Amino acid sequence: MRATVLVRPKPGILDPQGEAVLGSLRQLGFAVDDARIGRLVDLELGNGDPEQARATLERMCEQLLANPLIESYDIELVEDP
Amino acid sequence: MPAEPRPRVAVITFPGSNDDRDAALALTSLGAEPVPVWHGEQELPDVTAVVLPGGFSYGDYLRAGALARFAPVMEPVRALAAEGGLILGICNGFQVLCEAGLLPGALRPNRSLSFVCRDVPLTVERTDTPFTARCRRGQRLSIPVKHGEGCFFADSELLAELEASGRVVLRYEGESPNGSVAGIAGIVNGDGNVMGLMPHPEHAVDRLTGSTDGALVLGSLIDAARRATTVPAAV
Repeated sequence: MRATVLVRPKPGILDPQGEAVLGSLRQLGFAVDDARIGRLVDLELGNGDPEQARATLERMCEQLLANPLIESYDIELVEDP
Repeated sequence: MPAEPRPRVAVITFPGSNDDRDAALALTSLGAEPVPVWHGEQELPDVTAVVLPGGFSYGDYLRAGALARFAPVMEPVRALAAEGGLILGICNGFQVLCEAGLLPGALRPNRSLSFVCRDVPLTVERTDTPFTARCRRGQRLSIPVKHGEGCFFADSELLAELEASGRVVLRYEGESPNGSVAGIAGIVNGDGNVMGLMPHPEHAVDRLTGSTDGALVLGSLIDAARRATTVPAAV
């Protein structure tokens, strides 16, 4: 199994990186309303029960991968064929 | 009159800490005995105070302070904090304390996205803490900051709680160098024995490098550590 964890700054959290990228995209002539920058973590998990893996990934996010005060996270689990 | 006892203060070194030596030098010059402690230690030496110094523990990977919080030494630091021991986190140390949940809030990249390195004016909001007892309320201090991620964030509920309970100890005077909410530069926990601040008092203790206002902060800590060390005379 593989998992991708997407960590994003929560709405309302100042994201100066996103603001800088937004400004640059506009300078290049792109019509962009907003840009936010988060983080992507790819994980290799070995084989096991997907439900259990998902619960474990939640714990990983709460304990380390995200700071729940300022960041939200999404977990994508991909089972190997 | 006998010389005042030199209280022992642990200074933790994480991989990537770089202000541990300056912190130890400053503590020595102000009358304490710094005890260097490696992050892999499971126990603290016999101390009543701990300094978590500045730097870039674990390369600031993931989030500043996020990995240091799991270092073995953080367990006894947490235990000492729970017993009322004095914990001072400076810059990266502040980030570690927030990530460890020993202080509320979080530190985000500076609003400017620039690393800021300069003396900043601060206002002392509280003097009834072990970290600011040598200051006067409202006193203006000049202490350097040097950080890329010093923008203190608290949501509106937490901010209201911090303000209402008087836990903002130091505030940037005028424009904040990093975009911190309410200009917050340093806070204490609910019991008042754990403090984190972004400015570096250990870099402001010698006239050679400018201001000596940092000595007021570290001196206060040493006074409190000395009081905690001194065994009351038997009656």
